[in-house]
Amino acid sequence: MHKFANPGQFTKLSTRVLPWTSSFAAVCFLFGLYFGIFDSPADYQQGETVRIMYVHVPAAWMSLLTYSLMAAASASFLIWKHSLADIAARSLAPIGAAFTAITLITGALWGQPMWGTWWVWDARLTSVLVLFFLYLGYMALVNAFDDPEKGSKAAAVLALIGFVNVPIIKFSVDWWNTLHQPASLSRLDAPAIDISMLTPLLFMALAFKLLLISILIIKMRTILIEKRIEAKQLLKSG
Amino acid sequence: MKKFLALVQRDLILVYRSANDAWVVLFFFVIAVTLFPLGIGPDPGVLQQLSGGIIWICALLSAMLSLDGVFQSDFDDGSLDQMILTSYPLELLVLGKCFVHWLTTGFPILLISPVLATMLNMNLDSYSTLLITMLLGTPTISLMGGVGAALVLGSRRSGVLVSLIILPLIIPILIFSVAAINASGEGVEISSAVKLLGALLIISSVFCPWATAATLRHLTN
Repeated sequence: MHKFANPGQFTKLSTRVLPWTSSFAAVCFLFGLYFGIFDSPADYQQGETVRIMYVHVPAAWMSLLTYSLMAAASASFLIWKHSLADIAARSLAPIGAAFTAITLITGALWGQPMWGTWWVWDARLTSVLVLFFLYLGYMALVNAFDDPEKGSKAAAVLALIGFVNVPIIKFSVDWWNTLHQPASLSRLDAPAIDISMLTPLLFMALAFKLLLISILIIKMRTILIEKRIEAKQLLKSG
Repeated sequence: MKKFLALVQRDLILVYRSANDAWVVLFFFVIAVTLFPLGIGPDPGVLQQLSGGIIWICALLSAMLSLDGVFQSDFDDGSLDQMILTSYPLELLVLGKCFVHWLTTGFPILLISPVLATMLNMNLDSYSTLLITMLLGTPTISLMGGVGAALVLGSRRSGVLVSLIILPLIIPILIFSVAAINASGEGVEISSAVKLLGALLIISSVFCPWATAATLRHLTN
């Protein structure tokens, strides 16, 4: 892993990977949307609104996955002082915030016809809202210092502390009796979902993951290029 | 222990010399609570229902106001660097600083909260619960706030920033405290919420000084 922590190596590798991940993401989105909108049955209870779930559920998974990756990157930055880990964590924060926002918005759009309300203060919804605030707090902290190194360290510690919220979100539907329904996929026995609905869900989940990798690579490369420009300008003026 | 007390004494003298800063926080708490009956109407029934939540939210906001100052003056005049360099464990020094913060903000708020509870027409059965939740909750805020204060040290607009990053993390304290106060008003068992508050206090008194000290070492070297 340490071999790829070199920015030059990363740039080389990412140049080769990016076209693949982005085109596969597009293909998966096409398949997922086709199955989700045209080739899957309406739910016997939820009707056509069940199709919102093909965006909502993968986005919710991504909001947790992105935070976990951000915490892992922050930890490796604090331990090994790899600047690339810091750049990864910085790039992941706005992506995760966007996924969380999508989760909250699609959830509200689904909740209005299904529960009769845009929003309820149950444990799952509240903890996801807190996750959104944690992303925003991270982004505010990382940019609040004149010395970017200090911002990176402070924000990395915050990301690790905020990680306590991730298991709370995951298990909130089991620990508390919430309006939000419990997990139907990640269970010990077979998933409680029909194959015709599972197909679009898994395609969308794969598409979101590939999208995350693609955006992450683009953002990290942008920051690396920005740093190089800055260094060159310093060299010129100095 | 002697050094710990010496630090607490020093910080208390510092607060005493600029007593205005401590008063300001208490005044803010009183004024903020006063705004609620004016904003939502003076109906005693409504106020009784909301009293626990109002007092706790205002207590949280008042504590946030004073947090960015916990390490700021020591950071500005360089004595924080000296504290980090001493052989005495920084974790205990941090614990002392959080204790002083609680003694000068959380504790006065706790003392005055029954008076404000009367003005909000709180249920008589809830007073003891209010004091218990304050006694368990406000030190936890000071401990968790210490981490936030260390994180924003040297940043721009650190006062607002510390509230932004710490408030989401102390939401559990608010939830359990207000749940206990409301339950006691209805004569329901409160021990589970109070035990959770106690657990939060114990966990944060072990974990937070350590995290704060680690942050200070990272940020100041």
